[in-house]
Amino acid sequence: MPNRIARGPGGARLDHLFILEQVETGSRVLDLGCGRGTLLKMLVDGKDVRATGVEISEEKVYEAVQKGLSVYHGDINEGLTDFPDDMFDYVILIQTLQEAQETVLVMKEALRVGRFAIVSFPNFGNWRARFQLLLTGRAPVSPALPYQWYDTPNIHSLSIKDFRVFAAEQGLRVVNTFFIGRQREVRFWPNLRAEHGVFVLGRPAG
Amino acid sequence: MSDYYIEGQTFETSVGFVETQSAGFDELPLDSGLTLSPVTIAYETYGTLNEEGTNAILLLHALSGDAHAAGYHRGETKPGWWDMMVGPGRAFDTSRYFMICSNVIGGCKGSTGPADIDRATGREYGLRFPVVTVPDMVRAQKLLLERLGIERLLSVAGGSMGGMQALQWVTAYPEMVASCIPIATTHRHSPMQIAFNEVGRQAIMTDPNWRDGDYYGFEDPPDAGLAVARMIGHVTYLSDESMHAKFGRRLQDKEVYGYDFTMDFEVESYLQHQGEVFTRRFDANTYLYITKALDYFDLSGGRGTLVEAFADVPAETRFLVIAFSSDWLYPPSQSKEIVRALKGNGLDCTHLEVNSSFGHDAFLVETGQQTLLISNFLEVTARREGMKRA
Repeated sequence: MPNRIARGPGGARLDHLFILEQVETGSRVLDLGCGRGTLLKMLVDGKDVRATGVEISEEKVYEAVQKGLSVYHGDINEGLTDFPDDMFDYVILIQTLQEAQETVLVMKEALRVGRFAIVSFPNFGNWRARFQLLLTGRAPVSPALPYQWYDTPNIHSLSIKDFRVFAAEQGLRVVNTFFIGRQREVRFWPNLRAEHGVFVLGRPAG
Repeated sequence: MSDYYIEGQTFETSVGFVETQSAGFDELPLDSGLTLSPVTIAYETYGTLNEEGTNAILLLHALSGDAHAAGYHRGETKPGWWDMMVGPGRAFDTSRYFMICSNVIGGCKGSTGPADIDRATGREYGLRFPVVTVPDMVRAQKLLLERLGIERLLSVAGGSMGGMQALQWVTAYPEMVASCIPIATTHRHSPMQIAFNEVGRQAIMTDPNWRDGDYYGFEDPPDAGLAVARMIGHVTYLSDESMHAKFGRRLQDKEVYGYDFTMDFEVESYLQHQGEVFTRRFDANTYLYITKALDYFDLSGGRGTLVEAFADVPAETRFLVIAFSSDWLYPPSQSKEIVRALKGNGLDCTHLEVNSSFGHDAFLVETGQQTLLISNFLEVTARREGMKRA
């Protein structure tokens, strides 16, 4: 079961809608782990972007190609190497960074290849996860974190606060943020209340 | 490359009966510095070229292929080598696109090759035929397109050696090509690929009937050598898995081992049959020349790195690179090298490694996945090219 993310009035995922709003018209976008290409197709239709996807699943590549998208079949690490600097305006990592082996390297590469990186991940700091661990003594399982410890693709467990610390340590510029609860956007106390965090990151200043 | 064809195919989506045509040219300058003269190029076309001339697609054949890519020749029951992919409503939709396929020079299916008469001597060329390369093949196709009045190609597409020609096309004539579909191929022949070709060539050249290439007119051409060359080639087109599935260790026409050197296993019978059938339709010298062209192929040759090889390709050129998981002759890793170079140039590329057990032959057999990929890819390419309906 994939991570479930709250949807907006039109049925589109809230993180997708936020990204659609963020991305400038006519820009070049790389979606690492583009899946069936739902977001990229939205960006092509809505923002006339030049879209490129990377996807590890053969079946999902077929579906993305059927949407008219250009997609590379490969994993996240392969997905970034070989591209020249500044090839893209945005590199998107939706629910993929926590699955990547080398987080620091992937972020560094994403901001080499792209001017901005947009990252989203499930928030392990959410109060439900905290309570599950506290009260049951077991690793949290929820719609945002639908996996058991033995079958989760999430090799990194992080909270929104963790990511802020990480961004500061790496000198990444946080351009914008968006937090999603079980039903809707979360504005206050996101690390406690949000199930997903979305960060728009820029290159270190200077 | 193998003689696969699909039973029970409906004729409505076939291009129907077709004929091979030919075009003559005065001369063709070759990479070797020699000039081939005169030159005949055999070709077939399917569909209609639109008024704007924006819907032409060049299909490029593999080692043992020919101009007959689709449809049926009258009196024959077997369709062209990529028939399942070419026709109305198929991947290369002939109701929309104008398809061209020509026999490579050095070939033995209508284009000038070693079995043709050398005007200088009045007898067959044999080994006096100049060595040709993949770039030479492409140069010949360029002549043909000029003759047909085609200035721009919506796509160049082919598997194996056809994929090499497609890559050569897009780098030699980058302004002429809107998209490129290299399938199960490489940007240069590896030592292993050269080695297998050399075994095939040695099988032919050590056959006493080969007579240094001057076997034409004799009743006993080097069929044994050519058959062995085909057998070794054919093994490289299959996979361990597909051979297990197709033959296992089953015995041919016997219950127990013969304990002699007559035929025991089904796979032996199959290979011998394939070798024997091949000699009826292929010229041994052509096998030498074309395998040599394959071995010489190196897209980066003279252009530094592979990344530099694509440097002149316009940014809007689209690529669809397809590899097959069990292809050990042109393994997916070689396609990935091509993809990496395309990425390095920031070119628009779709790349897929199709999960298949059919080995190198998958490019002829796995028509379902390829149809999905190619039809969608061409659709987008045509839209970007502003192609009006045929």
